[in-house]
Amino acid sequence: MPTRKLIASSHPPYRHRDYVSTRLRAPEQPLLRVPQFFPDRAGPPIGSTMLAPVDADLTKNGRCNGEPVGERIIVAGRIVDQKGRPLPRALVEIWQANAAGRYTQPTDQHDAPLDPNFLGAGRCESDASGRYSFRTIKPGAYPWQNHPNAWRPNHIHLSLFGSGCGSRLVTQLYFPGDPLLTLDPIFNSVPAGARDLLVAQFDLDRTEPGIALAYRFDIVLRGPRATPREA
Amino acid sequence: MLRQTPSQTIGPFFGFGLVPAQYGFAGAAIGSGTMVTDQVAGQRIRITGQVFDGAGMVVPDALIEVWQADAAGRYGGPAQEPQAGSPDAAFTGFGRVGTGAKPDARFVFETIKPGSVDALQAPHLHVTLFMRGLLRHVCTRIYFSDEREANLRDPVLRAVPHDRRDTLIAWRDETSAFQTYSFDIHMQGERETVFFDV
Ligand SMILES: [Fe+3]
Repeated sequence: MPTRKLIASSHPPYRHRDYVSTRLRAPEQPLLRVPQFFPDRAGPPIGSTMLAPVDADLTKNGRCNGEPVGERIIVAGRIVDQKGRPLPRALVEIWQANAAGRYTQPTDQHDAPLDPNFLGAGRCESDASGRYSFRTIKPGAYPWQNHPNAWRPNHIHLSLFGSGCGSRLVTQLYFPGDPLLTLDPIFNSVPAGARDLLVAQFDLDRTEPGIALAYRFDIVLRGPRATPREA
Repeated sequence: MLRQTPSQTIGPFFGFGLVPAQYGFAGAAIGSGTMVTDQVAGQRIRITGQVFDGAGMVVPDALIEVWQADAAGRYGGPAQEPQAGSPDAAFTGFGRVGTGAKPDARFVFETIKPGSVDALQAPHLHVTLFMRGLLRHVCTRIYFSDEREANLRDPVLRAVPHDRRDTLIAWRDETSAFQTYSFDIHMQGERETVFFDV
C-alpha cells in the first residue's frame, strides 16, 4: 500500500515570540478538528463580474494628476494547488505601501510622503492556466514598533480565494536580496525551510523593456482536504 | 505534493485595499457588512460584536469575513455541489467588515437568517478572522441563541466541549425591535472562542 509522504507545514505558528503582537492575539487553546466543517469543496461566490483591467494596474488606478513616484515593477506568477494543478479564476487582491514606505490608510503615521497618484491596492483573477499579473510600484521599507529600530522589509500584501474555503490565504510577498529579511520577525515566523516560498524571483523574461522590471511569484494553495475515502 | 505558500499576518493597514468604502476610499469591494438588498428573500437580521485580545482590549484592526447559506439553506458559489433548487441569485452569502472603521471597533453584518443546509446542521455562518498579530487566519462559526432545538442536534456544536459551546452562540437582543444578535470574539482567556482546524 503506497504511503503518502508527509510534508511539514510551511505555515508559521500562531505564537511567535519575536513578533510581539502575537502574544495577546494568538489562540491559546488547540484548534478543534471537526470533519465536514465546510460544505464540500464550496467557497464564497466571488466572481470576475466586478473586475476591470485597470484594477490590476496600480500605476494607473490611483492617478490624480500624474504618474506615481517610484520604480515600476510587474508582479506575476501562477496559482496552483498542492498537486500542481492550475487554479483558474482565483481572486487575488493586493495592497502595499508606496515607494516611500507609506500606506494610504490614515492610521499609518509614518512620517514619509504620501503619493497623490498612488493608492496601493489592486486585484485581479487568474486565467485558465492559473496565471495572474499586476503592474505596480516597488514598495518602500517602513519602520514599526515591534522592537527598537524595527523595519519591515519591502513587501506586498496578498489575499487569495482559490476553489474553496480551505484554500483561503493571506500572505506577503518579499523581494530577493533584501537585507531586512533576516531581521524581520514576521518573515522569520515561517519555518526556515519554507521562507524562500515568500521571496519573489527576479524575472528578466517578463520585464517590459524601458518600462518595468519583473518579479515572479508563484503561489500554492491548499486543495480540498482529502476525505476518508481518498485516504 | 507541493508545499503551500506560507501564511502571513494581514497587518494593520488592509482597510483601503480590502474594504475601501468602509474606510472612506473610492472603489468597489467584493464584500461589505451589508449583505442584503431588497431582492434578497428571508428574515432580516443584524449581527454585531467586537473582537477582544488576551488583555481584554478591543481589537481595532481585525478583518472578519462571513459566508452563509440563503434563507432556504442553499449556498451560492461556482464550486457548489448540485442541490435541489437554485440558490437565491440576489444573495452572495459573503460579507466582509474591518473593525477599524467605527470608533468602538464594532463590526456589524446586515444579513438574513440562514436556513438549515441539511437535516442535521443548525442555521449558522462561517467566520474567517484576520488581524495584525495573527500569523494565520482562524475559522469559527456563528450559531443563534433562538435555535436551541436545532443547536442540540448540530454535529459541529456537539463536537465542542460543553463548557465552550456558548462561545459560538450569537445572543438575541430581546430589547431591540429589529432582530439583532450579539457575537463577540475572544482570542484568549476564559472565554476564548472555539476556533476550528479546517
Ligand atoms: Fe505591510
